[in-house]
Amino acid sequence: MPIHDQGYRRYGGTRAAVGRAWQVMTRAGVMSIVSKRQFIGLMLFAWAPFVVRAVQIYVAANFQQASFLAPKGETFREFLDQQGAFVFFVTIYVGAGLIANDRRANALQLYLSKPMTRAEYIAGKLAILFIFLVGVTFLPAISLLLMQAIFAGSFTFVRNNLYLLPAITLFSLAQVLVASTTMLALSSMSKSGRFVAVMYAGLFFFTTALFNALRGITGRSSFAWLSPSAALEQLGDVIFRLEPRYQVSPAIAAVTVVVLIAGSLFILDRRVRGVEIVT
Amino acid sequence: MMQTEPTPPDQAGAFPPSQPAPRFAGPVVECEHLSVRFGKNWALNDVSAAFLPGAVGLLGPNGAGKSTLLKSLLGFVVPDKGSMRVLGMDVARSPLEIRARIGYMPESDSHIPGMNAVSFVGYCGQLSGLPATDAMQRAHEVLYYVGLGEARYRNLETYSMGMKQRIKLAQAIVHDPDLLFLDEPTNGMDPKGRDEMLELIHDLAHNKNVNLILSSHLLPDVEYTCDHVVVMDKGTVATAGPIKALKGTTGRVYELRVKGDEAAFIEVMKASGFDVKNTGDDVMRVFVPGVDDEGAKILFDLAARERVQVRHLRPSVPTLEDVFARAVGEV
Repeated sequence: MPIHDQGYRRYGGTRAAVGRAWQVMTRAGVMSIVSKRQFIGLMLFAWAPFVVRAVQIYVAANFQQASFLAPKGETFREFLDQQGAFVFFVTIYVGAGLIANDRRANALQLYLSKPMTRAEYIAGKLAILFIFLVGVTFLPAISLLLMQAIFAGSFTFVRNNLYLLPAITLFSLAQVLVASTTMLALSSMSKSGRFVAVMYAGLFFFTTALFNALRGITGRSSFAWLSPSAALEQLGDVIFRLEPRYQVSPAIAAVTVVVLIAGSLFILDRRVRGVEIVT
Repeated sequence: MMQTEPTPPDQAGAFPPSQPAPRFAGPVVECEHLSVRFGKNWALNDVSAAFLPGAVGLLGPNGAGKSTLLKSLLGFVVPDKGSMRVLGMDVARSPLEIRARIGYMPESDSHIPGMNAVSFVGYCGQLSGLPATDAMQRAHEVLYYVGLGEARYRNLETYSMGMKQRIKLAQAIVHDPDLLFLDEPTNGMDPKGRDEMLELIHDLAHNKNVNLILSSHLLPDVEYTCDHVVVMDKGTVATAGPIKALKGTTGRVYELRVKGDEAAFIEVMKASGFDVKNTGDDVMRVFVPGVDDEGAKILFDLAARERVQVRHLRPSVPTLEDVFARAVGEV
């Protein structure tokens, strides 16, 4: 059809069933983030520890003199601990504006006027952050385990440490869920992505500082539950069958994590609406 | 409520321009005893109304409840009482199915940040269920249609207010909705842009067979684009019906000033079946029912018979403003 004939035409083609709009949103969100050079740089940086660890595993597997570098169950726990820093940066880079920018541009009413529920909107936004965080936690950690098997030429290590597979999955999931739900909840509370980033960093550093201050004063680490990152560390130790590093019950640390996730979902439910009603 | 069989589409999935799709049969929106309360204030108070296919104006002063009604129909606001049906479906039971078939142009500036126009409109099409290729093709088409063809690769944040209004219309029609909700579509537009926007709305409703509900407090906008009107005031429906019928086309209103016994002449006119309203100054408005052209002669004859002198007689065309003023009690 020539351009000069183009006008409004009725559409009689196919339409997707309702309930799939969140996938469109997630796809668009992921594509938008990966098109940024800064982010590609950040991801390359986040995979640098993986390369170092892979070299370590290769050397340990192929050179007898370097057998002291051979990976243990702890190695994977340490690796995921290190990745915590990248979880922090990726969460801020990807998550700060996810809802805040939509609120600034009044886009929520556009999204929710389409065949999409509020839960789907939240799921779509969570999925964007989830995908990238899994990309800096679970994916490199599992790849390391695979590398070990490939470089060693056998599955002996994997068989002897079979718990590593669920442990990596569970701990990565906990890291990703805490970071993504907390960030999304904060993002829904402001119209400025920068402010959200500052709030998230503030929450992270303030709770850690508070815990460390109390530890310094009391000489005990039983206040670890005050800091989400310390609570996660405590849980991680239990998941990886290591001696817990803090004097707080793992159950309490788990409660902290669950409360944080549940609280974030509650905030999201309250804040993600097609219309703001001021009474 | 049944929808008539659609005309088969062409290869691109679109109906040819010469064959607009048939309209939905029956009321596109029905509300029964709808009440919405914000705190202590009733934004909608026992609203019952039916919106017929075609273009229906939702008219009322600020705070009348127009936007609240639209937001209730979209499912953004849960009513305290009452029920709503859109395109024959219950809003409470099938909100997603309804939203897949309607388009919404919000009142406030709304866009998705970081996108250019064609990406934005295509994205909205996909969110509404269109396959990616069809959504992109229609995004180009509707952007040309709303007059943004040349600016379609510009970032939305660089758009003027008028362009933002057009892009909101484009995203609302990209998936070819059966029903459009337009909330104050000419807000912030310059006169030329406003005329063009009204032309588009008129064309959609009358040539493209898109049902639409136009919420506005601007009477000329509604009068130009719509066939029916629902007038709202203080959260209730003040009046509703076809604009022509509400304006009263059988008969004519005259502005009349006489010299002589005015009170007696008014009584005589009323006895003759005329509707007489005093405007406050010495000019009265007289509605003469029946044949339009005969009204002036009848009034002159009556004045001559009653021996009053006609000092001013001018036909006054009834407007939607008269209907609105009557409905909200300003006359």
